[in-house]
Amino acid sequence: MKSDNIQLQQKLTLEIEGMHCASCVKLVERALKKVPGVTKASVNLATNKAYIDSDKEIDINIAKNEVNSVGYAIKDTSRHSENNSEMDQDPSLAEMEKARQKMWLSWGFSLPVAIWMILEMLVSPWPNMYLFNLGILILSVVPIFFPGFATLNTGFKALKNRTANMDTLIALGTTVAFITGPLSLLTDQINNYAGVGAMIMSFHLTGRFVEANARGRASQAIKRLLELGAKTARVLQNGQEIEIQVENLKVNDIMIVKPGEKIPTDGKIIEGQSSIDESMATGESLPVTKKKGDTVIGATVNFNGLLKIKVTKIGEDTFLSQVIKLVEQAQGSRIPIQEFADKVTSVFVPVILMLAIFTFTLWLAFPDKLSQFSAIFSFFLPWTKNIAVISPLSRAIFATIAVLVIACPCALGLATPTALMVASGLGAENGILIRKGEALQTMKDVKAVVLDKTGTITKGKPDVTDVLLAKTAQILSEGSLLQLAASAESGSEHPLARAIVEKAKKDGLSLQKVTAFKAVSGGGIKAEVSGKKIVIGTDKLLQEENVNLKEFDSNKVEQLETEGKTVVHLSIDGVYRGSIALADTIKDDSQQALSELKKMGFSVFMLTGDNLKTARAIAEKVGIYAENVLAKVMPDQKVAKVKELQKKYKVAFVGDGINDAPALTQADVGIAMGTGTDIAIEAGDIILVRGELSLLVSAIRLSKAAYNKIVQNLFWAFFYNIVAIPLAFLGLLHPVIAEAAMASSSITVVTNANLLRRTVIKT
Amino acid sequence: MTPDQIIILLSGTLGIIFTYWFFFAGKDTVLEAAGPKVNIKVDGGYKPSVIKLIKDKPVELSILRSDPSDCLEEIVLPVWNIKKFLPLNKEINIKINPDKKGIFPFHCGMNMFHGKIIVED
Repeated sequence: MKSDNIQLQQKLTLEIEGMHCASCVKLVERALKKVPGVTKASVNLATNKAYIDSDKEIDINIAKNEVNSVGYAIKDTSRHSENNSEMDQDPSLAEMEKARQKMWLSWGFSLPVAIWMILEMLVSPWPNMYLFNLGILILSVVPIFFPGFATLNTGFKALKNRTANMDTLIALGTTVAFITGPLSLLTDQINNYAGVGAMIMSFHLTGRFVEANARGRASQAIKRLLELGAKTARVLQNGQEIEIQVENLKVNDIMIVKPGEKIPTDGKIIEGQSSIDESMATGESLPVTKKKGDTVIGATVNFNGLLKIKVTKIGEDTFLSQVIKLVEQAQGSRIPIQEFADKVTSVFVPVILMLAIFTFTLWLAFPDKLSQFSAIFSFFLPWTKNIAVISPLSRAIFATIAVLVIACPCALGLATPTALMVASGLGAENGILIRKGEALQTMKDVKAVVLDKTGTITKGKPDVTDVLLAKTAQILSEGSLLQLAASAESGSEHPLARAIVEKAKKDGLSLQKVTAFKAVSGGGIKAEVSGKKIVIGTDKLLQEENVNLKEFDSNKVEQLETEGKTVVHLSIDGVYRGSIALADTIKDDSQQALSELKKMGFSVFMLTGDNLKTARAIAEKVGIYAENVLAKVMPDQKVAKVKELQKKYKVAFVGDGINDAPALTQADVGIAMGTGTDIAIEAGDIILVRGELSLLVSAIRLSKAAYNKIVQNLFWAFFYNIVAIPLAFLGLLHPVIAEAAMASSSITVVTNANLLRRTVIKT
Repeated sequence: MTPDQIIILLSGTLGIIFTYWFFFAGKDTVLEAAGPKVNIKVDGGYKPSVIKLIKDKPVELSILRSDPSDCLEEIVLPVWNIKKFLPLNKEINIKINPDKKGIFPFHCGMNMFHGKIIVED
């Protein structure tokens, strides 16, 4: 019965409305504690959340009443509400479809306009000047005022708010162009640019449509993450299997997951065994075998076994929700290099408007001088040829429209965020979570990578490395020694004991029954296996037990110990029979990953609490230079060591997110290595979901590639505007060409960011 | 220079000065947050565009976009690492905890529409 009580321990998070001070917190906490079943209630003012522990299911209505009675309110249980808004991130297909229709409708009228105008330019106005002008004007009404209505609306509304954006430029450009249409019917002093306005609008709508598509591609990684989760879960209730919505799952529910199905939420296997495809969550491409007691991640796919899983995390606490949250945070974070671009975009449109007035004024005041200049290029730019024959007013309008529509603040505004979005999505797919965008920029200056040994280079838990048999112990094989040791140790929870048991199991040895088990603190264990008296432990323990140590080979044992191994000894019925050496082993990919890092030009340092000899032995195996080994560093000295190195280099520190948090924060770039499911780590700029060093190499590659993209994009965006705007000012750019250039410019930036997906980051 | 040219240049200069004044010297709509909830309308800009908050009093920004332009579809609050998609005509709530004094700008996804949050004691 006792275990039932434990199972009933529940945790619940509620959102509280109306709190504004610390005393509110106390009031709400007190109110919640009155609810039957609540054992603990703590309220966070900053997040407006109440975290409740209860020993039975609490009645939410009672809780609501209690909280209401003190003047606050509980928002509807909002386990999943946070993510709902993101679901809408996908500009709905209907909206995209509408944008497409607008684009085609606009071209349906602009294309005839274009053909008619080209004929006029090459041959002569058909049927005559007046009808030509009238026809163009009528055809232009549709693209500018119907599909283009939203653009005009936003553009002018922004002006009303004394602010301006891209739409303002297009709105002004097209309206000025359109107005020349009716005026051209009244006076031949003004050329008809209404058709030009129509084409500008069509290009603008096309640009917007293509850009929105490309941006959709850039954010698809996070969309895919959101779509990953299962919608329903099958749970056991009163011995019956029933299907419920994932939102209604509660901690400690028992889920049934059949082969081929998605695991609905994070949990712990309580029955069954299966291989599980975790690639979507951790980027691990091979299926992982999981059995009773192992934790599983929601949204991963159960391959071949029937599993009973106890729910451990729901809603926002799940692995997947955490990943999404981290990716979103990264996308909202700032990169220093962007600051200048930000300053420019924030004043860009008003400055362009001033420049447009400047252009108009100058062309009106000095039409001949400027025309003479642009005529130089008439050989390459046919539209400049007849610029001298049209009226000064028309020339001024021509250049002004070009200036208005060529300026492209969008390219500047999209350069960094799009690249960051693609990078964080690509990272998440591969098990690399970028928490701060800034890390991408800092990474390029990092010269030294410092790795905490335990858990990063090594597995962080001991493995059996050697089995030593006493000289005359022919009665025993290595296997049977291990089998006896494992059997005797099977009752112990000591890491060394577990390593021995694991090794025996791995070798397919069956464990025998153990009796009279006794752990000797700090020494080892004593037990009886199949009637044999077994002692396993330090040499001191064996001496204390008066074991016959005649065959104890202290040379060999010492040798093993200098290699950094821990050696335990075993005696059977009072006679020493052999020793087992254990060591924290190096991860399979550590050596390759570290040599890759060195190839990339980093100085690689290893930091450990081990003594210098042991540390160097490991360093040598993975190819770290002996002088780069920082041994005997106590946990509280790690920060100091990082600081010391920072005097010489920019430093990236790699460690686990919990014990190494201060060092991760101190380093220029902190890279936290997760252990699979725990990524709610607050320290570290980059989080590696899997504990593989090759992932570190991938993360560095990704950072560098992303940063390069950002630089490329910013360069292009600035270069484009710096070159194009003066050309337009000089009357060298036809407004239609100017608009086409501007539309393709922002598309280029987004497409270039999408190309980041092609970067090979895996080793 | 002919008198015509002088008149044109003078009016042009006035036009530029007016534009500068219009965009950079305009008055913002300021709202002092009274309760725990601040409503922001997104329609051709942010209304209000300046929000005064009191330090350490968390607020919920309730943002409603009614402007169909995709220019305004995202709001970014860089200091809080927040970037949110604003679906059309659907209220989005963002909680912030103003834990330091200062002026913190917010803007659209491309940094063309602006607003700021002023945190005071």
